[in-house]
Amino acid sequence: MTVNQISIFLENKPESLSQLTDVLAKNNVNMRALSLADTSDFGIARIITDDCAAAEEILKNNDYIVKTTGVVAIEIPDEAGSLNKILKLLAENGRNIEYMYGFTGRKTNSACMIIRCTNMQKTEEILEANGIHTISQEELKDI
Amino acid sequence: MNLKYYQKEYECMPLDELKKLQGKRLAENFRHVYENVEYYRKRCQEAGVTPDDIKGLEDLDKIPFTCKDDLRQTYPYGLFAVPMSKVVRIHASSGTTGKQIVVGYTKEDLDIWDDCTARQLVAIGADENDIVQGAYGYGLFTGGFGLHGGATKLGCEVIPISSGNTQRQITFMQDLKSTVLCCTPSYAAYLGETLKDMGLSPADIHLKAGIFGAEPWTEEMRRDIEKSLGIKAYDIYGLTEVMGPGVAYECTEQKGMHVNEDHFIIETIDPETGKRLPDGEKGELVFTAITKKAFPLMRFRTKDIGVLNRAPCGCGRTFVRMSKPMGRTDDMLIIRGVNVFPSQIEGVLLQNGYPPNYEIHVGRENNTDTFEILVEMVPEKFSDVVSEISKQEKALESALLSVLQIKAKVKLVAPKSIARSEGKAKRVIDTRKLHD
Repeated sequence: MTVNQISIFLENKPESLSQLTDVLAKNNVNMRALSLADTSDFGIARIITDDCAAAEEILKNNDYIVKTTGVVAIEIPDEAGSLNKILKLLAENGRNIEYMYGFTGRKTNSACMIIRCTNMQKTEEILEANGIHTISQEELKDI
Repeated sequence: MNLKYYQKEYECMPLDELKKLQGKRLAENFRHVYENVEYYRKRCQEAGVTPDDIKGLEDLDKIPFTCKDDLRQTYPYGLFAVPMSKVVRIHASSGTTGKQIVVGYTKEDLDIWDDCTARQLVAIGADENDIVQGAYGYGLFTGGFGLHGGATKLGCEVIPISSGNTQRQITFMQDLKSTVLCCTPSYAAYLGETLKDMGLSPADIHLKAGIFGAEPWTEEMRRDIEKSLGIKAYDIYGLTEVMGPGVAYECTEQKGMHVNEDHFIIETIDPETGKRLPDGEKGELVFTAITKKAFPLMRFRTKDIGVLNRAPCGCGRTFVRMSKPMGRTDDMLIIRGVNVFPSQIEGVLLQNGYPPNYEIHVGRENNTDTFEILVEMVPEKFSDVVSEISKQEKALESALLSVLQIKAKVKLVAPKSIARSEGKAKRVIDTRKLHD
């Protein structure tokens, strides 16, 4: 399973991030997770929200360039070595991670990792085959 | 031997004789173009002008103008006035769109060109004992070959090193003991800095003079270059459409450039009305080639703004002096010696799926022009992965390089972040100080 992530193009300059969070705040969008990637010129904000479609609509209406991508979300125990286990598995199977970030759940004490690889379908298959549960969009709300 | 003039009989010709010579040559070359260039003949017929109407200088006003757009319309050979079997050389320059403009030379035309640049060299005190370092780009650009020809004809030792590889330039200056440097003024300034960075001083090299052209520069920059390289710096003017460097040349007086008037007629006109202006009044420079045969343009509008000075010069030459170009009547930019038209950039953006909203930033850092183009991001090019977007930037940069022949840095910016203007868009932000 994958969950939807919204990526937003931002210029690398003062205020561009606060302008984005301002739009999200005014429209009552609650971010579950946020990750930033940047170069000296531009950046990409990647966010996870409970209602991806609504957030995408709002951002587009505010002239943002956005893209929705499927990423895998994995709940991992908050203890040493748990992330290593998953990354080792992906490495052994030749998966190249393009980016990854984490957030903590609202209800449980576990950590949730968001992972994006080059071939998402293959990645999901490898994880499932090895008994690692990938979180669905529905399940995300309860984490 | 210390020559003062290369061809004194022309360079110091009494004005009335010179005017007579110009008139005679104008009548001949106008007839030559009329008879051999169909495109231009049609224009003359529309204007009701025939070769019988052009008898001398006084008839110059009757001759229709040639514009850059005419070169585009007739690409590649439509304005050539001799059979291709007579053409021995081609050079090219930027057009306003993706296409280059192409010019040609006969053997005799190259001879004329060599004479013009040899006059420049002699006018700054060079002779056959000099060693000329040709650091203009060699190739389709007229800079490299232009001065190369004159220096060879004069009997100098020529080092065709071309531009770039800056440390080697300095090493050659030391080892081969070059005495005259030819390149763009910004490159000369950069060479001066590199010399210092290498822990050397002007005393370590043998240069005595430099001939710098192909881009605008100021008196302040002249003084900087003279100091950093320990030389006298001279200005040279030319453009591919008319010939190349050597259309006009500076003498040791350093007070304007003498136009080679036995080969070219210069006028200044009001760019709005096309009316000829008296000497001393600022206007658009217009050239007529009166001896060249392969590609002789009649009353070519350069879009360069300048002033003519007919006052006698301390060097004894009678050729009129033109000022450095003081600006342009169009939006052409000269960046690192290369002509760049915003319309070329617009073409590349559209071809590559970007909106024609862009902003050109030109500046000067360490005496080298910086060139950045802000382009608005589009949804189709967006990716959630940084390296994919960087790849898009690089792809656009190489598409621009192949059209502009000069590297520009592309910066993708947020949609609608570039100001939409009503009417004429302000697309160029040039922070260089180019004119005095």
